[in-house]
Amino acid sequence: MSKSSNGQPPFLKSASHQEWRQKRYAAQVERRKKYASISFRDQPELVTPENGGAVDYASQLGFPGEYPFTRGVQPTMYRGRLWTMRQFAGFGSPEDTNKRFKYLLEHGQTGLSTAFDMPCLMGYDPDHARSLGEVGREGVSVATIEDMETLFEGIHLDKITTSMTINCTATVAFAFYFAVAKRRGLSFDKIGGTIQNDMLKEFIAQKEWISPPKPSVKLVCDVIEFCASSAPKFNPVSISGYHIREAGATAVQELAFTIADGLAYVDHCLSRGMEIDSFAPQLSFFFDVHNDFFEEIAKFRAARRMWARLMRERYGAKKDASCKLRTHAQTAGVSLTAQQPINNVARVAMQALAAVLGGVQSLHTNSMDETLSLPTEDAVRVALRTQQLIAEESGVGNIVDPLGGSYYVERLTNEIEAEAMEYIKQIDALGGMLRAVEEGFPQKEISESAYQFQLDLDAGEQTIVGVNKYTEGGEQEIPTLKIDHAAERVQIEKIKAFRARRDPVRWKTSLDAVERACVENRNVVPILIDAVDAGVTLGEVSDIYRRVFGVYSDPGML
Amino acid sequence: MTTNQAATRPVRILIAKAGLDGHDRGAKVIARALRDAGFEVIYTGLHQTTENIVRAAIQEDVDCIGLSILSGAHMTLFPELLSKLKSEGAQDITVFGGGIMPKDDIVELKKLGVKEIFVPGTHTQDVVGWIRSNVPVED
Repeated sequence: MSKSSNGQPPFLKSASHQEWRQKRYAAQVERRKKYASISFRDQPELVTPENGGAVDYASQLGFPGEYPFTRGVQPTMYRGRLWTMRQFAGFGSPEDTNKRFKYLLEHGQTGLSTAFDMPCLMGYDPDHARSLGEVGREGVSVATIEDMETLFEGIHLDKITTSMTINCTATVAFAFYFAVAKRRGLSFDKIGGTIQNDMLKEFIAQKEWISPPKPSVKLVCDVIEFCASSAPKFNPVSISGYHIREAGATAVQELAFTIADGLAYVDHCLSRGMEIDSFAPQLSFFFDVHNDFFEEIAKFRAARRMWARLMRERYGAKKDASCKLRTHAQTAGVSLTAQQPINNVARVAMQALAAVLGGVQSLHTNSMDETLSLPTEDAVRVALRTQQLIAEESGVGNIVDPLGGSYYVERLTNEIEAEAMEYIKQIDALGGMLRAVEEGFPQKEISESAYQFQLDLDAGEQTIVGVNKYTEGGEQEIPTLKIDHAAERVQIEKIKAFRARRDPVRWKTSLDAVERACVENRNVVPILIDAVDAGVTLGEVSDIYRRVFGVYSDPGML
Repeated sequence: MTTNQAATRPVRILIAKAGLDGHDRGAKVIARALRDAGFEVIYTGLHQTTENIVRAAIQEDVDCIGLSILSGAHMTLFPELLSKLKSEGAQDITVFGGGIMPKDDIVELKKLGVKEIFVPGTHTQDVVGWIRSNVPVED
C-alpha cells in the first residue's frame, strides 16, 4: 500500500482521532447535549485504538475456553451446545407448577427453574399467620418433602437440570430435592442443577432473610461444602447480581458487589479448611441483562476476566475450572412497562441478544405481561420463542464472541472491570463483603443510584418508551393470568394432614438432630436430608434457625 | 380545621412495606422524593404487619399512609390495613398505594377506600401533586 507524505494510507484524511474529532466531528451538530448509558456512563462518540480501543490479545483476551476466559468459558461456545433456555416458573400448588413445567418442556425448554412463594422464601409453613394471602401467590408453595415430590412428579431429576431460586431456606429446599432423589433411588452424583443460595445479596437487595448475615453465610457454605464432597454436578450457589441490579444498581455496582459476594463465600470456605480447587469449580453466577446493549455485553466479558484473575491471583487456584465464571442471565424485569406491554417483547429480545453476545450459559427471558401479574402460558411461549429465534435464526451463536476486538466493546470491558475492581478495593478496606453488608455500604450505594435514575427519568434525561415518551392514552389490554387462590386453602389442609400422618417419634428425633447440628456449628445439610424425609417441614427448620441463629430485621435505611 | 394547600405544617406521611414482600426500591425512591418535596416522611422498613403499620401511623400522627406491595398480596393487606385503621378510630388517615396490581384489583381497592394506587412508571412529581391536593392536614 502506498503511503502519503504524512505516513498515513492515502484514504485516511485525518491523521489522528483527535484531528478527526476537531476537524470533522465538531463541524456537525449532535442531537443531544449528553450521551450516557442507563448506568450514567458517558458514552464516547467513537472509539479507536487511540482512545482505549487498543487491546493486547494475549494478556487481555486469550482464546475462548482458556484463561482468563474473556471470550467465553468454552472453546466451542454455542457451536458446541446452545445456552440452556430456562424459564423461571412457579405458582399455586405443586400440582399447578408441575403442569407448567411439563408445558415448558413440551415446548422445547431445556432446563427448569423454580420460583417459590414468599412463605417458602421467608421460612413459614402455609398455615402460619404471616403466610396469609401469600401462599402460592408469587411462586409455588413447597413446605414438605411430599410437596417437592409432587412438584417433580414425572420429571427425571438425573436428566433435567433444575434451578431453584431460594435463599435463606435454601438448605431446606436442597434437602427436599436430594431427599426426593434418594427416595427415587438416584445417587447424588447424578443430580445436576443449581440452587441460588446466595444470602449476601439478600441483605443487599432482595431482602428475604431469617437470620443475620454471619450465620446466613455459614448456611450458604454448608451447601457448598456438601456439594464439593457429595454432589459434584450440582451448583450449590448462584452468586447473583440480578437482584442487585433490579434494586437500582449500575452495571458496575452489579458486577462489583456480585464478585465481592463470591469472594466472601470463598473466604468463608477457605476458613473451614477447604481447598480452593475442591469447591470453586462448582460456584456459579447469575446476572441481570438490562437495556444498554454494549454495556451489558461488556459486563459479562469483564465479569469472566475479573473472576478468573481473582481466583488465580488472589487464591492461587490451579484448576482452570476454578477460574471459569459460568453464568445464568435474566432479562431485566425492572425494564418492563405496564404501559403498552406488547413493547416488552422487543425489549426482552434486545436484552436476550446482549446476553447471548455476552456468552452466558443459560438464560431466562421475561414475558411481556410480568409487570401486570405472573405470566400467561401464551406470554411465556413468546418469551421462550424469542430465545429460539436468536438461537436458530439470527446466526449470532455461530461465531464465538463475535464482538471480540470491537474497539468500543473492548474499551467498555476494560473500563467496567477497572471500575468494579475499585469497588473491590474499597470493600477489602472495609474488611470484606460480610462487614460491608453489615455496615450497609452496598445498600447505600444502590439506593443512591436508584434515586438518581428516578430523578433522571423525571427530568426526561432517561427515556422509557410508552412511559415518558411516545405515550398513549387508553392502555393496551392484554390477557393476564388469573391464579386460583384456592391453592392457599389446599396447601393449608395438606400440611395439616401431613403433620398428622408423620411418625411422631422419628420426626422429633430428626428435629432435635437438626437443632443440635446448628448449636454445635456442624454442617446441617446431611442431617436435613434425613430430617425432611422424616417429615420435618420448612417452617420447622426455619424456627430452629430463628432460635439458634437469631432473627434479622430491616434497618429501614432510606 | 382542615386545610389543604395552605397547610401550616408539612403533610406527614408513613411509607410502609407489609407482609413478606422484599421489593423496596419503589418505596424508598418515593420516600426520598416525598421528603425532597418538603413532606415529613417516615419509612417503616420491610416486613411489617398491618398492626405495626397502624400503630406507627397513630404514634407518629401521620396524615397518610402509602403502602407498597409487589408480592400479589394486595387484596389481603389493603383491606386488613383499612379495617385495622377503622377499629382504632383512625379512618381519617388517607391510605394510598403503589406497586404491581392488576387493573380490576385497583378498581376493587378504590371501592374499599384506598384513595389512589400508583403503578410503575409514575412520575414522582405526580405523587407529590396528588398528596398536595388530596391529603387534608389536620391541625
